[in-house]
Amino acid sequence: MALAGINWFKYSSPASFYPLAGKMMPWFAGLATVLTVVGLYMSFFVAPTDYKQGEAYRIMFIHVPAAWMSMFIYVVMAVYAALGLIFNTRLSAMMASSLAPTGAMFTFLALWTGALWGKPMWGTWWVWDARLTSELILLFLYIGFMSLEAAIDDPRRATRASGLLAIVGVVNVPIIYFSVQWWNTLHQGASISLDKAPSMATIMLVTMLVMTLAFWMYTIAIVLYRVRCEILERERHSEWVTELMEERK
Amino acid sequence: MGGYGGYVWGSYIVTALLIAAEIIWVIQRRKVLLKRLARMSRLTKG
Amino acid sequence: MLFIVGGVVGIGIAAGLILNAFNSNMVFFFSPTQVVDKEAPQGRNFRLGGLVTVGSVKREDDGLTVHFTVTDNLNTIPVVYSGILPDLFREGEGVVAQGRLDEDGIFRAEEVLAKHDETYMPPEVAEALEKAKEAGGNPAPQNMPAGNGGSI
Repeated sequence: MALAGINWFKYSSPASFYPLAGKMMPWFAGLATVLTVVGLYMSFFVAPTDYKQGEAYRIMFIHVPAAWMSMFIYVVMAVYAALGLIFNTRLSAMMASSLAPTGAMFTFLALWTGALWGKPMWGTWWVWDARLTSELILLFLYIGFMSLEAAIDDPRRATRASGLLAIVGVVNVPIIYFSVQWWNTLHQGASISLDKAPSMATIMLVTMLVMTLAFWMYTIAIVLYRVRCEILERERHSEWVTELMEERK
Repeated sequence: MGGYGGYVWGSYIVTALLIAAEIIWVIQRRKVLLKRLARMSRLTKG
Repeated sequence: MLFIVGGVVGIGIAAGLILNAFNSNMVFFFSPTQVVDKEAPQGRNFRLGGLVTVGSVKREDDGLTVHFTVTDNLNTIPVVYSGILPDLFREGEGVVAQGRLDEDGIFRAEEVLAKHDETYMPPEVAEALEKAKEAGGNPAPQNMPAGNGGSI
């Protein structure tokens, strides 16, 4: 969630991040809405039929962005968890907790749309190849992170335990990404990578990138909204929250 | 959709439903939380 | 103390799952060359992956049984399969078949899956590429992805 020109040090305190998040949230929500409308229009009306897969390939415009976000959110979550453990900053832990449900949702969507794409094209809903298996493990890691946090009563311990799991689990992300190169899989290789030109018609690629941006902006918006809840909940006994509640009356 | 309608719509509709559910969930969470905090603040005021 | 135990248990389960799953699935399929070299499992089920040889697909009169050969351009294995084929099963395209080799060296498939590549384009572009290829111009995109363990 990069915004240049902001003094992050000042905003690393929950009390000052709370209003900032409230101000930023509508912008990202607006961007997400516009990009979703454009992306959906392109997905169905602009992007042409695929020469081999016909209309079924349109699942890709959800599947690939969801899969990218599932991995990206996990890395961001693990970075926040690490920052929280190293510097003991409260906001980092709150950010990590706020990212997890959305990450889990995108992981589920990647698996779900993958199954719906695999059935007509490959002839199966599911196979235990390296790509599909490692993405399923990512879902378990998200679920493990959330349940570990919920299962431990002492908030500090809960944060440390779940943070540890998030950090260790990060090894799974490169495994997912490179699985199609390292092992032979039923899943095809990457259409887009740094070392070669995309093997996809430009308009299809642009559609996919617009959908990815839409998911990305959505993630930022919903995470900012959720972290505000998280902040209020965990800081409810602090003076600034009490004052805020007084003002709201 | 060339015979693939069920698969394509199944993907898009479930995605839309999940995103809608997540949005409703966080809004609900904030509402409940604010109510609780308001009650707390009334109690402490006496 | 509890959080350490919880963390270790969680990590342990995840690691166990990863190792277990990858142990049996790192090699999702074997190429015809690996089968000829007897690197594929003998006497039990395994997956055979490669390209469906162009011109090899023959259907029996019952409409269900299909004969074709799978090739990696070095070796070729004959396959027999009875059942429904996926939409993307085509000559010259990727395929992964699960089954076992019989004594005659014929692969008796119980399940046939299509393996497609990561190339997406409109039909007009594909046609143009095909024409260009026939005219001896730029080669069309490959049918099977590169970097797949180099097995096909």
